[in-house]
Amino acid sequence: MSAIDPYILSGVIIVAQILAIVVPLLVAVAYLTYAERKVIGAIQLRKGPNVVGPFGLLQPFADGIKLLAKETILPAGANKLIFILAPMLTFILSLIAWAVIPFDDGMVLADINVGVLYLFAISSLGVYGVIMAGWASNSKYAFLGALRSAAQMVSYEVSLGFVIISVLLCVGSLNLSDIVMAQKTVWFAIPLFPMFVVFFISVLAETNRAPFDLPEGESELVAGYFVEYSSMSFALFFLGEYANMILMSAITAVLFLGGWLPPIDIAPLNWIPGPIWFFLKIAFVLFFFLWVRATMPRYRYDQLMRLGWKVFLPLSLFWVVLTAGVLVTFGLVPA
Amino acid sequence: MTELLTEYLPILIFLMIAIGLAAVMVIASLIVGTQRPDSEKLSAYECGFEAFDDSRGQFDVRFYLVAILFIIFDLEVAFLFPWAISLGEVGAFGFWSMMVFLGVLTVGFIYEWNKGALEWE
Amino acid sequence: MIQALAFYLFAAVTVASGVMVISSRNPVHSVLFLILAFFNAAALFVLLGAEFLAMILIVVYVGAVAVLFLFVVMMLDINFVELRQGFARYLPIGAAIGLVLLAEIFLAVGAWTVIPVTADSSITPIPPMNEVTNTHALGALIYTHYVYLFQTAGLILLVAMIGAIVLTLRSRSDVKRQSVDEQNARRPEDVVEVVKVGRGGGV
Repeated sequence: MSAIDPYILSGVIIVAQILAIVVPLLVAVAYLTYAERKVIGAIQLRKGPNVVGPFGLLQPFADGIKLLAKETILPAGANKLIFILAPMLTFILSLIAWAVIPFDDGMVLADINVGVLYLFAISSLGVYGVIMAGWASNSKYAFLGALRSAAQMVSYEVSLGFVIISVLLCVGSLNLSDIVMAQKTVWFAIPLFPMFVVFFISVLAETNRAPFDLPEGESELVAGYFVEYSSMSFALFFLGEYANMILMSAITAVLFLGGWLPPIDIAPLNWIPGPIWFFLKIAFVLFFFLWVRATMPRYRYDQLMRLGWKVFLPLSLFWVVLTAGVLVTFGLVPA
Repeated sequence: MTELLTEYLPILIFLMIAIGLAAVMVIASLIVGTQRPDSEKLSAYECGFEAFDDSRGQFDVRFYLVAILFIIFDLEVAFLFPWAISLGEVGAFGFWSMMVFLGVLTVGFIYEWNKGALEWE
Repeated sequence: MIQALAFYLFAAVTVASGVMVISSRNPVHSVLFLILAFFNAAALFVLLGAEFLAMILIVVYVGAVAVLFLFVVMMLDINFVELRQGFARYLPIGAAIGLVLLAEIFLAVGAWTVIPVTADSSITPIPPMNEVTNTHALGALIYTHYVYLFQTAGLILLVAMIGAIVLTLRSRSDVKRQSVDEQNARRPEDVVEVVKVGRGGGV
């Protein structure tokens, strides 16, 4: 009995920690959809949702309950098992990536040595949810959407990789907490500013957000790869996509905006606890997502591929070489 | 159990919880929602027509080319990861060794650029 | 205890999904089982303490190579029933090749003697894991000690890149391409003319 107890105890603690991440995350996703509609509404001089609850605050839950009560449609020509698995996969991936995100000094669920690689691996798996959904639906719109989306996500992942490398050069570790601590003097968004911009735009493409939302391009592909989905399987795609947006904002905050660190380490600013700073930064990046969506027209597909392969790839590769060259020449390489 | 593995245990548990959560959500909706399928509902979405043929047809070979090029650049990034964090130890020789590696691949990149493999029409 | 349990779980799933890869009827299912096998192999790497290799296995094999496999089997219009019909005809030659490979493996393993010192040291990694992370340990070796192999890898990637382009690229002349430089070089003065039109005159 006494030999088992510590196992059970630590197991319970881990489960509690996981729930402490998942539950606020799902609430945040719900309110991100609300914030999106409100922000875009304000930009377009509309009111946005304002009927359900005070200021429409209960709208996301009303939407959720509606989706739950809808009929799950499994198209006759579909490959049923893969059709159901695809949205589940998208949702699961967007959750488990949070295991390595540090919220404060030492406040991280799994402090693994290869945290950046773990995130890179998880984000490279995102393409599966899309391809599986598009293929399993057996519908032309879904198929075309999946094809486009897969090629797009894959193209921008290369430049994401190079950008991450240029950050790692300044850190000398793959651990996410080390990356944040290396930004004590200056956030990497300042010395690596061009890479910060490339990273943010690539993230937009990676999460299929406007102006790179061709895979779902409503006006031509109806809804892209999830055209055949309904009810909870649709909701899982939706939740997964928005959770991915929050995740990508968190990664941006960790890599470039100093994670939980205050902007300047002086008296009134460093009284505010680290997690609050972290959430503020995530909210800041998320606002850019919404702002861009309300402002930019959609890209054309050939322009999208050109931007990824002919602009971002050479630029980020050049920047990796430049960063390494500067660090080696001036003896600044972190030990 | 070593220290390294205790860091990975939460990820495993997290994975199980996430799978459980996703499954519960799908099953709950199957139970709560009314299921009344009919053949029109279950047909693929098309503009009014019945689908003429299977949707999984052939498509442009360019998509394969993009996938292959992606694999190559992904491997390049994989080689860069250990280099980026151990640049302090490998010193100038390690730096130049990577520059030669990247130079070789830049040759390939210029080749594909000139060949028009990166053009999309 | 959990470690041993996890090992048997991952190993069993790896082997089982390996079997499913070659036995399932739908090729898409085969690829998905292959991905499952990769995942479990990555988990086994983690159990060995090789976390860098585990992540690279997922990034490269699951994130890139298997995507290409899926592209090919999902979207190429291959009739798999037809492919299976030749099975009996090719069985003897396939079995012969398999036997030759098996014999080679036995010869190689049989001729391989392990001196006692390395047998001991192969169990414990050098340098110890809690001193240096294995990404650092790899980085310290690949680019300096194994520089020729590293450059060879670069050349192989170059050949792969050129090969892929030579095999798949066909240039089309019947399409209009956007030339961004040309577009940006256009000035309003060159292409737009403001004309004062007299009444009833037309341009």
